[in-house]
Amino acid sequence: MTAVAETTARSAEKYRVTRSRRNVAWTGVGALVVVVVLAMFPYLVGAGTETILVQAFIILTLASMWNLLAGYAGLVSVGQQAFVGLGAYFVLILNIHSFSMFTALPVAAVGCGVAALPMWWLVSRLRSGYFAIATWVLATTVLLIIEKFPSIGGGTGMSLPHTPNLGTAVLEAYTYWIGLAVTVLALLAVYLVLRSRLGLVLTAVRDDEVAARSSGARVGLARMLVFVVAGIGCGAAGGLLAVSQLIVQPTAVFSVQWTAEMAFAVIIGGLGTIEGPILGTIVYMILQQTLASYNAWYLIILGLVAMVVAIFARRGLWGLVDEHLHVRLFPVGYWLWDPAAPGRSRGFGRGRGGRHS
Amino acid sequence: MSEGRAAGTEPILEVRDLTVHHGQLRALDHISLRVFPGEVYAIIGANGAGKSTLLRTIAGLHHPTEGSIRFDGKDVTKIRPERRAISGIAMVPEGRRLFPSLTVEENLQVGATYARKGPWTIERVYELFAWMKDRRGQQTAQLSGGEQQSVAIGRALVANPRVLLLDELSLGLAPVVVQRIYGMLPQVLATGLTVLLVEQDVSQALRVASHLQCLLEGRTTLEGKPSDVTAEQVEAAYFGLRSAPAGSPPYRGGSVGVVPPGATEGEEA
Amino acid sequence: MVWVNDIIQGILVGGLYALFACGLSLMFGVMKVVNLAHGDLAVIGGYVAVGVITVTHIPVLWSFVIVVPLMAVLGYVLQRTVIQAALDRSILTTLLVTFGLSVVIENGLLQFFSANSHSLGVDNAIITSSFSIGSQITIAYLLLLIFVVAVVVLTGLQFFLSRSRYGRLIRAVADDQEAAQLSGIDYRHVFGIAAAIAFGTVALAGIAYGMYSQFAPTTGTDTILLFAFAAVVIGGLGSLWGTLLGGVILGVSQAIGAQISGSDEFLAGYIVFLAVLVLRPQGLIARRSTS
Repeated sequence: MTAVAETTARSAEKYRVTRSRRNVAWTGVGALVVVVVLAMFPYLVGAGTETILVQAFIILTLASMWNLLAGYAGLVSVGQQAFVGLGAYFVLILNIHSFSMFTALPVAAVGCGVAALPMWWLVSRLRSGYFAIATWVLATTVLLIIEKFPSIGGGTGMSLPHTPNLGTAVLEAYTYWIGLAVTVLALLAVYLVLRSRLGLVLTAVRDDEVAARSSGARVGLARMLVFVVAGIGCGAAGGLLAVSQLIVQPTAVFSVQWTAEMAFAVIIGGLGTIEGPILGTIVYMILQQTLASYNAWYLIILGLVAMVVAIFARRGLWGLVDEHLHVRLFPVGYWLWDPAAPGRSRGFGRGRGGRHS
Repeated sequence: MSEGRAAGTEPILEVRDLTVHHGQLRALDHISLRVFPGEVYAIIGANGAGKSTLLRTIAGLHHPTEGSIRFDGKDVTKIRPERRAISGIAMVPEGRRLFPSLTVEENLQVGATYARKGPWTIERVYELFAWMKDRRGQQTAQLSGGEQQSVAIGRALVANPRVLLLDELSLGLAPVVVQRIYGMLPQVLATGLTVLLVEQDVSQALRVASHLQCLLEGRTTLEGKPSDVTAEQVEAAYFGLRSAPAGSPPYRGGSVGVVPPGATEGEEA
Repeated sequence: MVWVNDIIQGILVGGLYALFACGLSLMFGVMKVVNLAHGDLAVIGGYVAVGVITVTHIPVLWSFVIVVPLMAVLGYVLQRTVIQAALDRSILTTLLVTFGLSVVIENGLLQFFSANSHSLGVDNAIITSSFSIGSQITIAYLLLLIFVVAVVVLTGLQFFLSRSRYGRLIRAVADDQEAAQLSGIDYRHVFGIAAAIAFGTVALAGIAYGMYSQFAPTTGTDTILLFAFAAVVIGGLGSLWGTLLGGVILGVSQAIGAQISGSDEFLAGYIVFLAVLVLRPQGLIARRSTS
């Protein structure tokens, strides 16, 4: 038959589109179990482990935010440390005014989200490399401005003046739980963003920005929202940092090393996948703990591995797992079921780590 | 083998079963052609038929999924585009693609960087296009479309290629300008070049071509000499309108024939 | 009137900033690569000079002759291997890879040289002294020499790009990679040349910086990279004179900032940088032609 008749006949058949391949209720249950087990940790493990885990929470939160920015929105920011620092300083400032550091944390996160708006206004029109540098300059500028205020510690920093009157163990436990809460919320937020229309817009832009714009997608708005969410997330991590360290020093909280760490964790774990940052954080923590005594080395190795992974294994460790096992823990893509080929489906909607970016 | 081509000569350019994909889209489907020295071979077809893809693949800018390209008897399918250019395949790309921050003369000088020995020099190009010498110091952005096209052709000529690939010369130009540009073709051919061109303007192509092929959706729908095809055949091949009567044999290269879309083997579901 | 002296200092330092910046501008203009490790390369130049001088005991001024070509070769090799591999993937990958490179270099230097600052002491008495114009203005010969060298290098580079055969090829490839390929040009080789020039000039600038000031492992990112970028952005991409102007404006803003308050030196420069990014991202001197 003619090509025209053939196409008409084909479209009459039904294709099914689902959000996930298998029943992912199992993943949800699994995640819940993991969270519950983690929540029990303060009763099970010592303070040392708790501290390490809080560090992991910070990195994981940062990593999932950076992944959202770079892996899905295509915004490579080398200045997220601005929000880490701002989050820490917001907690400090609120604490100076007698707010509990625990209640200060969510407020600090929101404050960072607000701060993200004028920052976005400054950098939004810039493309990749310029955007990266601009975020870095911005972060450095924020650092220099903050250092001018002696009331919050000036250039040397300041301890939180009003720490709660609890025993060390209880304080550590509360810090741990807040850290767990921040991380869970961050991952949940990323998951919800990607599953929403915003996520769809981001994927469309990733594939073909011009086409996305011409179909009405509000690309600028989408990117701004992502930037703000990332600001909130990194701010929360910064607040957590302040809470766990009980001291805020400008060069430490505004260090570009934070960006290095979150970026490397994401790249190694898998850019453009939600599972990637989790895997990357694990790798990062392992490296950091085993090489801790050789201070600069873990960053050198991390950096080299990240470079190699970025070139040769675009989607990182998780990408390798995904390719071979076709597993996806967090269903954010779409699966197309072809009635002519039952049992086989084609997946769509992966993040920016794939071959088209 | 079509009649009219000298028996015993080898094709200077031979494409066999070329299949090219753009991502998941199949742009070319088992295209074959042979261009003999001194010919003007025209590829015609509608937008999106795959004409430019064919030329770009021959030039080396796309990798074929299947098939081969032979130039002057040697397989060049895996050779990088710049090496192909140096060995004698020069392309005038679609849209001119002049270097905007270079002057007219500098564009020609770049074209001559790895030139082979031969009759074409920058001076000779100035003779071919009389207006060019006086304006050789100008930025190319200040030139008209037709003038830019001439510079682009000149840039390819100074390399002294053996095969000149012309991709949509008429694009964006007024018909009288197009005619003038194609008017230089005899002088080019006189120096021993062979031309493979892609054109959307069918009548223009038919006027200059010694051999032609029509593409539709990446497949060959017509092949032969302009003198052997009728306007109806060209129209049918160009638009793919009519379907073949039942029982007609599938097209398999060589002689003139109309190929109905959908009749070639290996079609994907 | 004290301001005049500072402004002059700022102008002269601007020459050094422009020297830092020209390699960055070249790499971005030609291959669209934002080399986040650019500043660290200058520092490596400085450290290699320190090493070479320690081993061979040659005068400081001779270290240029050895280090600059060495770095140029390193640039070509790194470009053809690592950076090209990253470029073949995507622009995003080049950002990630150069960022990784920056972190690796800095921590590598930290590991081997400790966090202390180094400086390249210059023995020549004339160079370390200064001369005065009137009662208000004192200019160090070294700084003046650096400015002159910067202008000479930039002029030479400009000449090279606009007159020489390779300069033409670089400009052609920067304009349109594919069209250049069609003319027989291997753009990877041209990229390598551009990178070699970038690495060479930034090493030159790094050594000069080491003579004028001090460097430490983190100076590359703390100071140099952002200054180089500021000079490029303020001056505008695509024009080396623009880069010089950008460097000078940066230097002068810093000098003015230092006058307002000692610690505001860098801040002033960054604020000017941000202002230009927001108000006129294409820079003060727009490119001659559109690409």
